[in-house]
This record gives sequence, structure tokens and C-alpha cells, in this order.
Amino acid sequence: MTEAMPQFQLIEPSTVDEAVAALQDAPGAVLCAGGTDLVVQLRQGLSDPGTLVNLSGVAALSTVEETNKGLRVGAGVTLAEIAGMEAVANGYPAVAKAAQSVAGPSHREVATLGGNLCLDTRCVYFNQSHWWRKSNSFCLKNRGDICHVAPKGNRCRAAFSGDMAPALMVHGAEIEIAGANGVRRIALADFYHEDGAEHINLEPCEIVVAAHLPPPGPTSDYEKIRVRGSIDFPLAGVAVACNKLDDGTAQFTVAVTGTNSKPLLVELPGDLNAEEPNDAFFATLEKQVQKAVSPQRTTTIAPHYRRLSVSALTVRLAEGLL
Amino acid sequence: MKRIVSLKINGRTVEDVIPDNLLLIDFLRDRQALTGAKKGCDGGECGACTVLVDGRPRLSCITLTAKCGGADIETIEGQAQNGRLSALQRAFHENLGAQCGFCTPGMIIAAEGLLRENPDPDVNDIKAALGGNLCRCTGYVKIIKSVQAAAAEATQ
Ligand SMILES: Cc1cc2nc3c(=O)[nH]c(=O)nc-3n(C[C@H](O)[C@H](O)[C@H](O)COP(=O)(O)OP(=O)(O)OC[C@H]3O[C@@H](n4cnc5c(N)ncnc54)[C@H](O)[C@@H]3O)c2cc1C
Ligand code: FES
Ligand code: FES
Repeated sequence: MTEAMPQFQLIEPSTVDEAVAALQDAPGAVLCAGGTDLVVQLRQGLSDPGTLVNLSGVAALSTVEETNKGLRVGAGVTLAEIAGMEAVANGYPAVAKAAQSVAGPSHREVATLGGNLCLDTRCVYFNQSHWWRKSNSFCLKNRGDICHVAPKGNRCRAAFSGDMAPALMVHGAEIEIAGANGVRRIALADFYHEDGAEHINLEPCEIVVAAHLPPPGPTSDYEKIRVRGSIDFPLAGVAVACNKLDDGTAQFTVAVTGTNSKPLLVELPGDLNAEEPNDAFFATLEKQVQKAVSPQRTTTIAPHYRRLSVSALTVRLAEGLL
Repeated sequence: MKRIVSLKINGRTVEDVIPDNLLLIDFLRDRQALTGAKKGCDGGECGACTVLVDGRPRLSCITLTAKCGGADIETIEGQAQNGRLSALQRAFHENLGAQCGFCTPGMIIAAEGLLRENPDPDVNDIKAALGGNLCRCTGYVKIIKSVQAAAAEATQ
């Protein structure tokens, strides 16, 4: 199935500045955090960077800080750590649940938050061995000219399939990015755009340093469908946050993954007022999610099934949070 | 692109010159002749290659050896002590937890990681800890029973 490992040099910076400098010194160099996705890609010939910059030794990336401004989680913190942190489980339940749902237990021991947020998009025509892709004339995302999922379209439709982004997004997370010109901070939702071949807004030589969560407020939950229940990417996943006001109004925030080339904040029909019948609100919510998402033939499971599942899951989670 | 790594394997210090791109599974199997850890999927999906790195289960097929400098690595070969099988090895043997045996080294190592952290796991803890390990023979029932038997023996 897999190819021989390509040759590369592994650079081991110990500070963020050194890591940025290493990226500048070797154009085309790729960051390696836990390596749980990257190494698989290297083996499949999907990446052949010549230089890997190992982030595991950058101690500053592995810190977690809880202040009155909220929670700052370093990009190098592992998903096993995040899933086990009390501050996350209590303040941001969807984030803990999403972390616990990524891959299998041995992956989560080393898989990092940064690697998950910067996870490459996935597609049945892309995540294949070199000979498989070659015999199919490659694809738009890698060496080829057309997207086999949507051959008439002009962009790659590969699906973003990370679990952490939607869970962080419904809590209004921001992301801290370091580069040669210093540090910038943007809303996590603005970090992504809808193009499977170029879905994250990271300039050359930039590194994701941390995610910032505002102080706990809404309750939240996360759920996904997958082929292998104990260890698999989301065919579709959804995070829902619910803010209950004193007058009985419930404000929901919904973000989905696995259905588009980016994790998607769904525009909602408004809040659920105390006087409004719940059924009507949830029926509208379900329709709204179905309309917003755009699953494609990027997995072996039919897009329609994923569309219906993700909207049904949204309602299930929202009802559970009331 | 080459480096010297020094690490511990089953309690013994090993030093070697390795290329940066050498996977831990290849280091163990091809250079250390420790062929217990298996290559099943060769891509992080089956758990047959699981070894302990500093006491925690790791998939050696997606782990770079170069990142393991100074680490303490344990493989299935290191589980028996003084000619005596480990509790898990014995339990798998006695409860038919192994059939063809291909997944077994990974299963036992993943279970070892669990029992060190949680000596008295319930069925769900065991299922969660072995969630990344595929077995094509047993149907898992006897594997879970084996881990329960080993845990029961240890907590007696
Ligand atoms: C069998 C299997 C099942 C999986 N299931 C899931 C799943 O259910 N859900 C899921 O979300 N993922 C899944 N994954 C993918 C992967 O394990 C996780 O997404 C993991 O969180 C990636 O983190 P990492 O640290 O290992 O990243 P790496 O593999 O090290 O890196 C991933 C990408 O992020 C980039 N990167 C890493 N850190 C940074 C940073 N600080 N700044 C900028 N770029 C960075 C790398 O250059 C690379 O492109 C699965 C993988 C396997 C093999
Ligand atoms: S061989 Fe490593 S997970 Fe399958
Ligand atoms: S015993 Fe044969 S694969 Fe598990």
C-alpha cells in the first residue's frame, strides 16, 4: 500500500523563532508536530518536502494558560491532554468531546491541537497510494488537472475533516499565528476558506502557536458519524453551543466539519424564544443546516446521507443542550 | 540527514546511526531484529505495530526514530521477565485471546499501557484502550476477556 519513505532532513528547533527561521532557511519545508497525519502523507507520496521542522521540542507550544481572559491552549498540546483537562471538560465540553473522538488512543497521545487545526483536507481520490493516484491521472489537489469529485468545477472539493475546529469555533475561539513579522491573532473561523487545495490562511513560514478560548459561557456538545466507530475521521461532525438567557431565550451556535472544504459556521434562523414551540424551531434549524452544508463524493459514504446525518445530529445536540 | 540516536529498548541502551526518515517499526524490525511488532496496515490504522514509548502506547509505523532519542521503548519481546510470561501474555494464552497471532503483540502492548495506568479497568475502559487495534480472527470477545483476566490476577 505505502511507498518507501522519502528522504528528508529533520530540523529540531527549540523555540518558535528558531522554527520560523528554519522554515525561512529551507523553502518548501514542512512542519511536523505529532506526525500522525503527515507521516502517512509522506508514505503515500503526497508530500516530499526535503526538510521537516519538528515542533515537538518547542516547549513554548505545549503550555496551557487559564486567566480571566479565558483559556490559551498551545498548538503543541496533545489531544489526549486536552481531552483530560478539567478546565476544558467543564468550560468547553464540545472541545473535550471532539478531542476524545479524534483517531484512536495511541494517535491522541502524540497528535497535537496545531496539527489538527492545520490538518490537510481529505478525499477518496487523494488519500491513496502513489500508484493508485497515478493510474487515475492524479487529481487537482496533487499533480493533476481535474477534480474527480466535481470534474466540471474549477476547484478541489476535498473535505476538511478535523474534529477540533468546529468545537473551538462554537466557543468563539481565536488562533494565534507567529511568523517572520511577529504574531497575529484572528478568529478561527477566518483561518479557513472553501478550497480543498488551499484551505488554510497561513502565509509561508508561519506557525500556529495557540488557540484562545474566551471565558466559559455557553454549554456545548460535539458528535460525529464515521465508518469505524472507535477510530476514524468524521464523515460529518457537528458542534453545537447553547447560551441560555434569563428570559428563557436559547441562543445556538453551530459549526460542522467533514461536509465542506472548510469547517463551517452555520447561519441560524435566530434564537429560540421561550414562547416559540420547540418543534418548529428545530425543524427550521434542521433545514438550515441541510441548506448550508455541501457534502461531495469525497468519501465512500453518499453525500446525501452525510447531509441528513449532520442536520439530524445538530437537532439532537441542540435538544440535549436545552 | 543522518544522526546518532541513543535510546533504551527493553531496558538495554542502544546506540545507532540512523537516517532522519527511518520509521521506528523499521528500526525495531530490520535493525534490532525485534520482529514482534507487526506491520499490518503500515499507515496508522490497525495497531499491530504498537510499542510502548516512555510507558505509553505508540504506533511505530508512523513514528520517526529520530524523534525517539533518549526514549524508553518496550516491545512485546521485553514483556517476559526471567523466562516468565507477563500477566497479559499468560492471560491471552490461557483465554484464547490469540488466534493467528498477528494482532497479538499490538493488543498486548496496548493493554499493558492501559493496565499500568488503570489496573482495574471496566469493559468500556478496555474497549476504549484497544479501540485502535484491529483483530481479524477473534471477534474481540476473548481479547477483552484476556485483559480482564490479567487485571483480575494483578489486583488479587
Ligand atoms: C487512522 C487515523 C485516524 C484518524 N482519525 C482522525 C479523526 O477522527 N479526526 C481528526 O481530526 N483527525 C484524524 N486523524 C488525523 C490526525 O491524527 C489528527 O488530525 C491529528 O490531530 C494531527 O495532529 P498531528 O500533531 O499528528 O499533526 P501532523 O501530522 O504533525 O501535522 C498535520 C499537518 O499540520 C501541519 N502543522 C502541524 N502543526 C502545525 C502548527 N503548529 N502550525 C502550522 N501547521 C502545523 C503539518 O505541517 C501538517 O501539514 C487520523 C489519522 C489516522 C492515521
Ligand atoms: S502497522 Fe502501524 S497501525 Fe497498522
Ligand atoms: S488473532 Fe489474528 S488478527 Fe487477531
